[in-house]
Amino acid sequence: MLTKRIIPCLDIKNGRTVKGVNFVDLRDAGDPVELAKQYADQGADELVFLDITATLEARATTLEMVLHVAEQVNIPFTVGGGISSVEHVDALLKNGADKVSVNSSAVKRPELVNELADKFGSQCVVVAIDAKKIDNDWFVHLAGGTIPTDIKLFEWAKEVEKRGAGEILFTSMNHDGTKNGFANEALAKLSDILNIPIIASGGAGNVQHFVDTFKEGKSDAALAASVFHFGEIPIPELKKELKKQDIVVRL
Amino acid sequence: MKLVIINYGAGNIKSIQFAFNRLGYEAILSNDPEEIKAADKVIFPGVGEASSAMKMLKESGLDTLIPTLKQPVLGICLGMQLMCLHTEEGDTEGLGIFQTKVKRFSNDVKVPQMGWNIIKELKSDLFKGIKENEYMYLVHSYYAEHCNETIAATDYEINYASALQHNNFYGTQFHPEKSGNEGAKILRNFINMKPLALS
Repeated sequence: MLTKRIIPCLDIKNGRTVKGVNFVDLRDAGDPVELAKQYADQGADELVFLDITATLEARATTLEMVLHVAEQVNIPFTVGGGISSVEHVDALLKNGADKVSVNSSAVKRPELVNELADKFGSQCVVVAIDAKKIDNDWFVHLAGGTIPTDIKLFEWAKEVEKRGAGEILFTSMNHDGTKNGFANEALAKLSDILNIPIIASGGAGNVQHFVDTFKEGKSDAALAASVFHFGEIPIPELKKELKKQDIVVRL
Repeated sequence: MKLVIINYGAGNIKSIQFAFNRLGYEAILSNDPEEIKAADKVIFPGVGEASSAMKMLKESGLDTLIPTLKQPVLGICLGMQLMCLHTEEGDTEGLGIFQTKVKRFSNDVKVPQMGWNIIKELKSDLFKGIKENEYMYLVHSYYAEHCNETIAATDYEINYASALQHNNFYGTQFHPEKSGNEGAKILRNFINMKPLALS
């Protein structure tokens, strides 16, 4: 059976990992390659690198970093952050990224999703969606969740699937940073209305939250940052517990 | 040891090159028929969509060259699919090395299949040291139907051929280069394969 995936997310600035990372046995916690290798050894199924600088100068640095990660890491990884052109994606894939994720740029110019899917195949196009529940509706937000739009989450998700997205990375801004669990109701609805894999993001605080998002949220994968970086939830233990609760994982 | 990765379009083939580097082998990227013929081992990666990939192969004459190769050839993902008789993707005729057809998963499951799944019923030296039910990384919307050349099986909606072998030709639907240390073992096994005996 296809397993549920556990995906650590690393924020990258100028080619270096940011946010405190608290691995005791790391020589250099800011080195994305070393961190990535560590996560691969722990049993992470994939990795996501989110470039939070995304200035033009930083772009070259990120490309360099992608090349080094591809050289040394033997599990798949996605690169996101500030990607808005076919050329940029081409460079990232040529440097060894397996997938790219696009977010605000796809909202501003939805044809980008078609262009990427046509040229590189849907399998490497992840559309990241940040959304917030306001009254009873989920609205898409841009630029790391800072700019609200009147675009509705489920309509937008449907549209990007039709345009060729291979996967959706959904972050609930109501849950992100709370450590109170994932947005399982919205995630389950996404899984019901779409036929592509859904990655849950935002809200991971304990092991049960992962169990819940795979069961109630019908998520195909779960992404988290701080609970992994600070060693609050070691991946091997997380996977053992998931297995105990009848969730198919790679051990 | 001269390893050549057939380079016939855009996409991520760096990963394959790096995976061989990690095993201590240099692999060069080439679409030059002479260079490919002279290689000890040939890797035929999967890139993008089937009909346009096939078109690119034809433009460089590689469609006629590949089936005549005598050294071990490893097709990965779409590479493996193009080595079959036919694929539903773009209604494309394949190279006809493997006597099977490639179909699309139905919409009863999420498509593409993306992630780690089990390979079982392992039947080739390609899997020496790999245990039954090992996890490999797969990303695909189309699958090869079983045939006599099946050397590994995987379940996703149905039971299908996740690896194929015909003489010196090997194909894996999964990505050994992205399947952790176990995937690396498969690449090492491939490097140890002998060419088809010349009579």
